[in-house]
Amino acid sequence: MTALLTVEHLTMRFGGLTAVDDLSFTAAAREITAIIGPNGAGKTTVFNCLTGFYKPTVGRLTLAHDGGTYLLEQLDGHCIAKDAKVARTFQNIRLFARMTVLENLIVAQHNRLMRASGYTLLGLFGHPRYARAEKEAVELARHWLERTRLTDLADWEAGNLPYGAQRRLEIARAMCTRPTLLCLDEPAAGLNPRESGELNHLLQAIRDEDGVGVLLIEHDMSVVMQISDHVVVLDYGRRIADGPPEAVRNDPAVIRAYLGEEEDEELPPEIVADLGGTP
Amino acid sequence: MEYFLQQLINGLTLGAIYGLIAIGYTMVYGIIGMINFAHGDVFMIGAFIAIIAFALVWTTGLASIPLAILLVLVVTMIFTAAYGWAVERIAYRPLRGSFRLAPLISAIGMSIFLQNYVQLLQGARIKPLPPLISGGVILTEGNGFAVQLNYTQMIIIVVTVLLMAAFTLVITRTALGRAQRACEQDRGMAALLGIDVDRTISLTFVMGAALAAVAGLMFALYYGVVDFFIGFLAGLKAFTAAVLGGIGSLPGAMLGGILIGLIEAFWSGYFSVEYKDVAAFSILVLVLIFRPTGLLGRPEVEKV
Repeated sequence: MTALLTVEHLTMRFGGLTAVDDLSFTAAAREITAIIGPNGAGKTTVFNCLTGFYKPTVGRLTLAHDGGTYLLEQLDGHCIAKDAKVARTFQNIRLFARMTVLENLIVAQHNRLMRASGYTLLGLFGHPRYARAEKEAVELARHWLERTRLTDLADWEAGNLPYGAQRRLEIARAMCTRPTLLCLDEPAAGLNPRESGELNHLLQAIRDEDGVGVLLIEHDMSVVMQISDHVVVLDYGRRIADGPPEAVRNDPAVIRAYLGEEEDEELPPEIVADLGGTP
Repeated sequence: MEYFLQQLINGLTLGAIYGLIAIGYTMVYGIIGMINFAHGDVFMIGAFIAIIAFALVWTTGLASIPLAILLVLVVTMIFTAAYGWAVERIAYRPLRGSFRLAPLISAIGMSIFLQNYVQLLQGARIKPLPPLISGGVILTEGNGFAVQLNYTQMIIIVVTVLLMAAFTLVITRTALGRAQRACEQDRGMAALLGIDVDRTISLTFVMGAALAAVAGLMFALYYGVVDFFIGFLAGLKAFTAAVLGGIGSLPGAMLGGILIGLIEAFWSGYFSVEYKDVAAFSILVLVLIFRPTGLLGRPEVEKV
């Protein structure tokens, strides 16, 4: 088990506010690593640092895969996807709403197509190399449409899709960049139990069949406990627990962070059940 | 009737030139949400480069006029595109992420700079281009009036249609076009998919400038004279065309260009030549009042 992503001493300050405070953890390839924590714990800030939206105040974010080792905090925006091969989805969905579903998936394969098209000129004259690359791009897109059950909606404008389908399309689009690390920001938010169960299967398949490392921010504990291999718990920007899900859910510090400090009081059984324990 | 037909042809020709310039405004607005006020001057530079290129081609003694025009077209597009690229690199990219008005002011500065740059290098007097293409086709004749479509007009309309088709293909079918549309909708997300946003924006300026170069060449061929100030009025008209068609919309820019060209031609044909600009700009005012999104524009939806 090799570390795909190594976060060391990540600190992010906004003026006087420290959103992430000296955070270190690793995420392995072929594993689902969940980052959990109460609202405002700094989870999305970690993602924003990883994907180049913020420059960390302090810290080193190393991503290592077959193609080399990259320091994410030093890469230009588009190189994070192109070279380090990190893909991401958003809590508030950010699809290209006025493009079709299929176009959303093809635009995610921009760099391959750009190279194959000789930076557009060859492509314009219908060069066979570009035609082939475009066919491959459509095939990969079709593959992910099938796996996210969107095949029938391929020609819809993305903005007109139902909510659950938009969420799946975001994951499909991220996968079309051929990532080694997939960062998902609350992918189960707003999904009904059936959809959320489907999502679990999809993410497990992405881990097991595609061999992609998944970094997951999630509030839905049932998702976290069922599918993650490794859980990192944040509170006020600090790491308060780190380990396999069973260990984390029984960690007193975690329970305190979620439920507040109330000594000598039994947790209501439904909350314990929610956390996945037995009352 | 014959007179009407003639004005229609004149208007379409003029409209084609405005449309080509308007595409540059609309593409840049689409991708970075900024009006590139130096674009009219890039058109003017294109016209000058065309005249210089013609002079150079003459010295080589090339006899075939169609070949000469094709050569000049390519050279003009390349050099003007380089100007477009430089304008973006120098005046707009350093200000990206700054407050909204900053690039607008630097665009106006760039416009003034380009005008003075050309005035200094080429002089303030008008530069003539000797008529290269003469003759035309008489379409109909009647009431002592012959409707003529001359060869210059024919070239302008044909080249414009071809370029429009090529650009539509680039935008809808190629990786670059998709990247441009992606950057238009969400630049941050586009970067996360590995799209080099800065390069895509640069290429948008390059494409816009190349079209303005064609318009510059056509203008020089059609009117036979250019000076350092032609970019101002032509730019303003093309901008009006882009707003009329719906800024951000490519077919809108072309439609707007043609409408402005027709309005101008018919106004000068039937009312007064002096007030043709008033007519064109009155349209701008009316559109802004009654249909601020333009004819083919889509309504701005506030993000929540």
